[in-house]
Amino acid sequence: MRVRVPRRRWTVFAAVAMTGALAMSGCGGDGDKGSNDKSEVEVFSWWTGPGEADGLAALQADFEKKNPGTKFVNAAIAGGSGTQAQAVLASRLQNRKPPDSFQGHAGAELLDYIKAGQIEPLDDFYDKNNLKSVYPQQLLDQISYKGHIYSVPVDIHRSNVLWYNPDILKDAGVSGPPKSIAEFITALKAVKDKTKKVPLSLGAQWTADHLLENVLLGDLGTDGYNALWKPGADWGSPAVTKALGDYAEIMKYTTLEAASTDWQGAAKAVVDDKAAFNIMGDWAYGYFTGTAPNGLGKKLDTDFKYAPSPGTDGTYMWLSDSFTLPKGAPHRGGAEAWLKEVSSKEGQDLFNPKKGSVPARKDADKSLYKGYLQYAFEQWNKPDIKLAGSFWHGVNASKKQHTDIDTAVGLFLQNKDVGKLQQGLVSAAKNSGQ
Amino acid sequence: MKFRRIRKWLPGLLLVSPSIVAIGLFVYGLIFWNTRVALSGKHDEVTEYGFDKGKNFVDLWDQPSWPGAVKHALLFTAVFVLGALLLGAFLAFLMDKGIRGEASFRVIYLFPMAVSFIASGVVWRWLMNPAPPQRAVGFNQLFDKLHLGGLGNSWWQDPDWGMAAMALPAIWQMSGYVMALYLAGFRSVPEDLREAARVDGASEWKVYRYVVFPQLRPVTLSALIILGHISLKVFDLIMAIAGKQIITYVPAVATYVEIFDRHDPANGATIATYMLVAVAVLVIPYLVWSVRSERTR
Repeated sequence: MRVRVPRRRWTVFAAVAMTGALAMSGCGGDGDKGSNDKSEVEVFSWWTGPGEADGLAALQADFEKKNPGTKFVNAAIAGGSGTQAQAVLASRLQNRKPPDSFQGHAGAELLDYIKAGQIEPLDDFYDKNNLKSVYPQQLLDQISYKGHIYSVPVDIHRSNVLWYNPDILKDAGVSGPPKSIAEFITALKAVKDKTKKVPLSLGAQWTADHLLENVLLGDLGTDGYNALWKPGADWGSPAVTKALGDYAEIMKYTTLEAASTDWQGAAKAVVDDKAAFNIMGDWAYGYFTGTAPNGLGKKLDTDFKYAPSPGTDGTYMWLSDSFTLPKGAPHRGGAEAWLKEVSSKEGQDLFNPKKGSVPARKDADKSLYKGYLQYAFEQWNKPDIKLAGSFWHGVNASKKQHTDIDTAVGLFLQNKDVGKLQQGLVSAAKNSGQ
Repeated sequence: MKFRRIRKWLPGLLLVSPSIVAIGLFVYGLIFWNTRVALSGKHDEVTEYGFDKGKNFVDLWDQPSWPGAVKHALLFTAVFVLGALLLGAFLAFLMDKGIRGEASFRVIYLFPMAVSFIASGVVWRWLMNPAPPQRAVGFNQLFDKLHLGGLGNSWWQDPDWGMAAMALPAIWQMSGYVMALYLAGFRSVPEDLREAARVDGASEWKVYRYVVFPQLRPVTLSALIILGHISLKVFDLIMAIAGKQIITYVPAVATYVEIFDRHDPANGATIATYMLVAVAVLVIPYLVWSVRSERTR
């Protein structure tokens, strides 16, 4: 009997603690403290990896300096390049407990939130801060939905980059990076015939999606590619058929063990002298050149080189991290201050060199961007550059179309049937709900 | 008098009522809600729920990824259940023959069960890497080093039989458990019966075949049910080894993709309902049978 008394006391204690916790969380949920509350800002992101977390910390420091009265709450969630965070975010939004601002890929990936009325249009914010003139017009056009802008882009990544191993190319007798899809296929064949290396390294299924968007852009050109994402687009056209035929041909030169490797493993094969080519976004540059344990410590030009992916020179296939203003944000004033920070020149120049991306604004400080980033910066700010949105990274496909294309590509990897792949893409576009 | 009767059942009821309420709410309540969503037309976050007469259950079969998911689940279940049962029974048989250091072997075989699928899956992803000899790792490298390069294969990345390879880690993990079940079963068969058979001139094999195994039908059935429902619901193992790739798509992964990637709650709930039904087909007859056999006892 004597043993039981303390145990019961514990139970009582636990019960009281639980009630307290519940009551407190209840208080925290009260979001109606006036819409311009500036006392705090809860920023939800998936920036927890090397580089990006440092960039976020730099933004936070600058934000706190400029807004001394606002408490910054970092609600970053790790894992799966945002997929974990997005699952958590979806449940918070459904329970009407949004963070003050959340990260999302700019463009159609935000469509579900827009249609559900979970985020607010930011046209007034753009006007108030004169932002429409500092972002490229093409970018603003491509992230607008029915004429409204819903997010503030912070950084720009490039999807259409071809990474290659100069030594393997020399062994194969390939004089330089291929400039068109046809040249690319010839080069892949040369590598296969003359060396024992993998012509094109590929990773898990999603990297095949990434490759698909690059082949489509290379074959169809910027206008043809961009037209695919307009309502009622024709995915059944002969031009698409030809591009998919090339895609199937390119697939013949990829890694056998692709499904067991993620993008890092596939990209690493190039700098490790195991593969000649890899097509991956420019985050690979940070991975190649960064120091251990997060990077490989390789040297540009000796260990690897880069070029626009075949047939896409003059086009910047972009993707962007951006921030939003959720409807019913508990600290709206804080959220607007945060959006102002991430849209500012100083904020973007603090963040991007660390993250390994370039600022979305046109007026950033060029001297901060070195190596590949200098090239990316110049390309992004070139007056005659054409912009195309990366479908895989959320710019122009709704979540449904995105998943359905992924399924079609996954089935194609098994059955290698170009006709079925095209059918899958056609019905993915039809059911996109856009 | 009346008060005494209440005192008889009230404490018991009070004791179980929290769990009845919790189970009612969080298991049966959520099953109900899931079925309700499955019967609705809520294919995105904006549409109202409504009711569409089970259309989702038919339409699902037109989704290009779904038939493959079903095929994968069935192949995985067949290989995994058979493999784990046979290996488990074989291990138990060896143990039963009185191997030296039986206790430590028992621990060794049972231990994999303590590891979660998500952890062992990472290791098995490396082991079952299908790279050709010059880049080989894992089993393929081992085979190559042992001059058995011919055994190297594409494991779970084989388009037709990949899911059979996917069952290997699961067999490795669960066969120890089956062994424990069988071993307990073997030990419960009285030595007298075996002696009697031996006196009648039965060989050791015949003793097991005609005397021991027939008494183990309940054990086999329990093992079958337990393994079967694990394999129909398999999720973490697949996610750890292959992620959300079509080549190893199974219903549980499909549920996740439909809800969190495609933002289609109705489809996700439909798949979840199919999984519940599949497991129920397995479990309910077993429950009926075990309740009946308990009554006759």
